[in-house]
Amino acid sequence: MMAEYSAFSLLANALKGNKDWKPAWRKPDPKASYDVIIIGGGGHGLATAYYLAKEHGITNVAVLEKGWLGSGNVGRNTTAVRSNYLLPANTRFYEHSMKMWENLSHELNYNVMFSQRGCLNLAHTPAQFDDYARRGNAMRHLGVDAELMTPAQIKRLIPALDISDSARFPVVGGLMQRRAGTARHDAVAWGYARGADRRGVDIIENCEVTGFLRDGDRVTGVTTSRGDIRAKKVAVTVAGSTGRVVQLAGVETMPIESHVLQAFVTESLKPFIDTVVTFGMGHFYMSQSDKGGLIYGGDIDGYNSYAQRGNLPIVDEVMSEMLALFPGLARVRMLRSWGGVCDMSMDGSPIITTGPLPGMYLNCGWCYGGFKATPASGWCFAWTIAKDQPHEFNAPFTLDRFHRGLVIDDKGQGANPRLH
Amino acid sequence: MLITCPYCGPRDVVEFTYQGDGNRERPDPASQNFEAWNAYVYDRLNPAGDHNEIWQHSGGCRAHLRVVRNTLTHEILSVAFMRSTHTSTARRKAEDKS
Repeated sequence: MMAEYSAFSLLANALKGNKDWKPAWRKPDPKASYDVIIIGGGGHGLATAYYLAKEHGITNVAVLEKGWLGSGNVGRNTTAVRSNYLLPANTRFYEHSMKMWENLSHELNYNVMFSQRGCLNLAHTPAQFDDYARRGNAMRHLGVDAELMTPAQIKRLIPALDISDSARFPVVGGLMQRRAGTARHDAVAWGYARGADRRGVDIIENCEVTGFLRDGDRVTGVTTSRGDIRAKKVAVTVAGSTGRVVQLAGVETMPIESHVLQAFVTESLKPFIDTVVTFGMGHFYMSQSDKGGLIYGGDIDGYNSYAQRGNLPIVDEVMSEMLALFPGLARVRMLRSWGGVCDMSMDGSPIITTGPLPGMYLNCGWCYGGFKATPASGWCFAWTIAKDQPHEFNAPFTLDRFHRGLVIDDKGQGANPRLH
Repeated sequence: MLITCPYCGPRDVVEFTYQGDGNRERPDPASQNFEAWNAYVYDRLNPAGDHNEIWQHSGGCRAHLRVVRNTLTHEILSVAFMRSTHTSTARRKAEDKS
């Protein structure tokens, strides 16, 4: 199959007045039934649909999206992609994702602008530096790149960073993953959507799921704002709305709390920072977009929320942390801020599993790190749906691990979702 | 977000510490019902709407508060002392005021 987007097609269409471009995805009406329904047209849902069609030949699939495609967290995150985890289950999964990112633009024939500009975690105490050395060694042990950096090396990499001894939290070193970076989040959603659409998947926007059709315990479809739709398998990839959606199926509690995470972008600046940097004495991360805006964020607001907007205290905190690292940004203006609802799990790790009811499949618990997982999440979830059992990469990410004492708590925070 | 402390009056949210979901029931400390403990530690109702919560006025009178707050709008619907039998100085003073 010739690539739909190429230098040749660009030229050919330009000569024909750009009249023949097809929409990247159709706007079909829902059919009465499908083999698989995926609830949630975000990154993970679209990736799941794409890999169901491509890897498993399951093309009679509908993706149901309440709003418009990519209007949730896939368009709200700060676009960082990394695989710098401590625990083997997380490292294997996120490194699988990283390898998929490295080929994603070719895979999708869609430029997701994946830029391996590195991700640097700053250490501000010798103990923290030791802890980073431990995590770096754990990563390298599993074949992931990691290197420790000295303050002098960091200063060369990020000249604007205050590494002086008079800084509020002087920088004593850092842990760098060079293969980490950023990607254009909208392009990821659109690329997966087009890839799934071209393989026969129906992407149905403005279609809200209002309930589940049941035959005894078994889930046999959904009721929606556009009528009833039956399906052999119903998959849920709704991130922050997981609680609301599974409650429609009668599942009352989940090991998840929904919290709001805010993000910010400044006015466009000339090239300022060409990597992703994170602060070690608080919670702050920043990178620069190709348009020049600094994209940054910090901690979640810290209370349950479905509001997609936060409060001022965390805005103040994030700005303070930015200025602690980059005093030179004091007079840069913030252009926009927004919020997204995060599905904070009880151990900070995701859930990709069959269940909790027969005929149902669940993908959630991404906390605020779901974007980087998009390819592997879709790939593993498609495998799980197609084969009714998890792939080895997502086998540890069960729903019942909490009650069985098998939590995967990378930060060692305990069952306190607002701290993950 | 303003939370009206029953003792201190309306105060900015920065004075308060979120202590989490107030729907959970802690089993008896001597209980060996692991399912009940697991449910207490890990399972959440996580409603989109009115939510029972525990907050502490850590930057004020330090009282623990039972708050009902809407998770869709952030509106605070009610605030009360954690224990109905609260006998602290703060509570007595609050009652004297009313």
